[in-house]
Amino acid sequence: MRRLLLKNFVHGPLTEAAPAPDDAALAELASRVDRAARRRLGRTLAIREVDAGSCNGCELEILALGNVLYDLERFGLRFVASPRHADVLLVTGPVTRNMREALERTYQATPDPKWVVAVGGCARDGGVYAASPVCVGGVSAVVPVDLHIPGCPPTPLELLKGLIALLEGVSVT
Amino acid sequence: MNWPHVIVSREAWQAAAARLQAGELCLLGFWGEPGFVHMAVFQSVSSECSILSLACESNRYPSVGRQHPPAQRLERAARDLYGLEPEGLADVRPWLRHDGPYPFLPAEGESLHQIPVGPVHAGIIEPGHFRFTASGETVVRLEQRLGYAHKGVESLMAGASLERAAQLAARVSGDSTVGFSLAYARAVEAALALEAPPRAIWLRALMAELERLANHLGDIGAVCNDAALSIMHAQCGQLREQVLRAAQACFGHRLMMDRVIPGGVLRDLPADGERRLSALVAQVRKEFPDLVEVYDNTASLKDRTVDTGILSPALARQFAAGGFVGRASGRDFDARRTPGYAPYDKLAFEVPVVQAGDVNARVWIRIREVEQSLLLIDEILRGLPPGPICVPASPRAGEGVALVEGFRGDILAWARIGAGGGVERCHLRDPSWFQWPLLEAAIEGNIVADFPLCNKSFNCSYSGHDL
Repeated sequence: MRRLLLKNFVHGPLTEAAPAPDDAALAELASRVDRAARRRLGRTLAIREVDAGSCNGCELEILALGNVLYDLERFGLRFVASPRHADVLLVTGPVTRNMREALERTYQATPDPKWVVAVGGCARDGGVYAASPVCVGGVSAVVPVDLHIPGCPPTPLELLKGLIALLEGVSVT
Repeated sequence: MNWPHVIVSREAWQAAAARLQAGELCLLGFWGEPGFVHMAVFQSVSSECSILSLACESNRYPSVGRQHPPAQRLERAARDLYGLEPEGLADVRPWLRHDGPYPFLPAEGESLHQIPVGPVHAGIIEPGHFRFTASGETVVRLEQRLGYAHKGVESLMAGASLERAAQLAARVSGDSTVGFSLAYARAVEAALALEAPPRAIWLRALMAELERLANHLGDIGAVCNDAALSIMHAQCGQLREQVLRAAQACFGHRLMMDRVIPGGVLRDLPADGERRLSALVAQVRKEFPDLVEVYDNTASLKDRTVDTGILSPALARQFAAGGFVGRASGRDFDARRTPGYAPYDKLAFEVPVVQAGDVNARVWIRIREVEQSLLLIDEILRGLPPGPICVPASPRAGEGVALVEGFRGDILAWARIGAGGGVERCHLRDPSWFQWPLLEAAIEGNIVADFPLCNKSFNCSYSGHDL
């Protein structure tokens, strides 16, 4: 353990630096999130993730946002354990009939003002499950959606891009 | 290669149930379709797999779960999906269908209290409900209620084209997308008497090992994180990300979704693919031992994982638990070896098995499997044959089955193809069906606070189970 800590201390953080010239997109996103988030939400946005029946692919990529390379929290975006602490619901999956009520109740438990982001192809319109009789078919059929982030699943960079679009939309209204 | 498939009488069906109960056979799968129930069994002595089918008169059949508990949830699911009544099964509460109230099993005793958790959990995980009955801090009973992620995959599969069904198969459980696509593709190929070209078979194994590597790295970090050692989570998460980036660079998708298709694979390695993957293997091989050392030498972490959530070898055997859950409890089974499939017959690898059955054992199996996957990726890159990567499928009616070792355990795929070339029926059985019930047993007598640790060490799929 000591060796690992020492090595990390010497090497410095692995987080991909915002101004890195070889990753211009991430750098640009980093500064945009920072500005918009500070202006509107006092540098922080609390996100509650709700899996409404996804295949768990979206969850894997949302989890990846928290790894040291993307380090979502440096942008003031963080995941919270309860909808009661959240500004944003990040919803995945085609909304199965079995998750419909849980999603509605999670939405109702989230205090205003709140925003809903539908993540992935399934959350938009049911995706590959659109024809299923046991799926409601998209998040907007159950709760109002402010933004869709497409992808199957969206990559961490696409997720980050989408969250910025939300921040910018939020600061206009 | 296909397995013997026999339509049996009620008596033979019941005799098979008795042999399952006696431990002479292992249950590999159990599924229904209108008017029929099917089960896939494995005979460990002869290493033979077979499928038994029974016509259900008036939609009834003698319950297997009555004698052999691992079949119970599968029978409840078949009842929900196809209205097939298991005669003699005591517990016929709906499983995948959620309409109306759900009575949980009673637990009686002094000062017991219940803790309901889910379906919306505190972390970024899939939906499911856990009903704990606790005495103080100690869990007396855990009862799971699943089915929240039920998407009707089997009904969508029925009548779908091969391509559409492949998309559905790839999304049964996103973390095992390569495993499920491979199982589906091999079952379809068996049905169509189609043989994927050698290069495709090796590329499939390459993707499967990358998937195993990525998931095991993620899991090892996540277990440590649940024991509050976040440095391991950060380090393992970083390595996992490197695997996903290499997958993106080599196969065009971070999770390698939709890359394995009936007839072969979607795309070949790019020109620098082998170099990229060799570099990845070198990086993981360089950094991983330090993390293993931290895991092994941190007393506060070991204090949480050793002797926590013990699964007995007897239960692992009875449920034919696959993957790290089974192998950490002494069940020496790996579908890559038995029944086995190409190219693993040409690759040298070890299947780690330990007896302890606790969280620590499940972590160690993953650590050893990471090392084995690194060796396998090396071997595959060295032996990768040249040639085409896909052959077209020509329509013909048939039936096929395949067993594939996903990162979580053995995935069973069964498909029947119609004369028009489309899928008539397809059943995909996630390893979690036989692991979820064991989590209920493993948590008993542990404290509530150790549940996340136990749950993470099992890491069962909700979506794969709920279909």
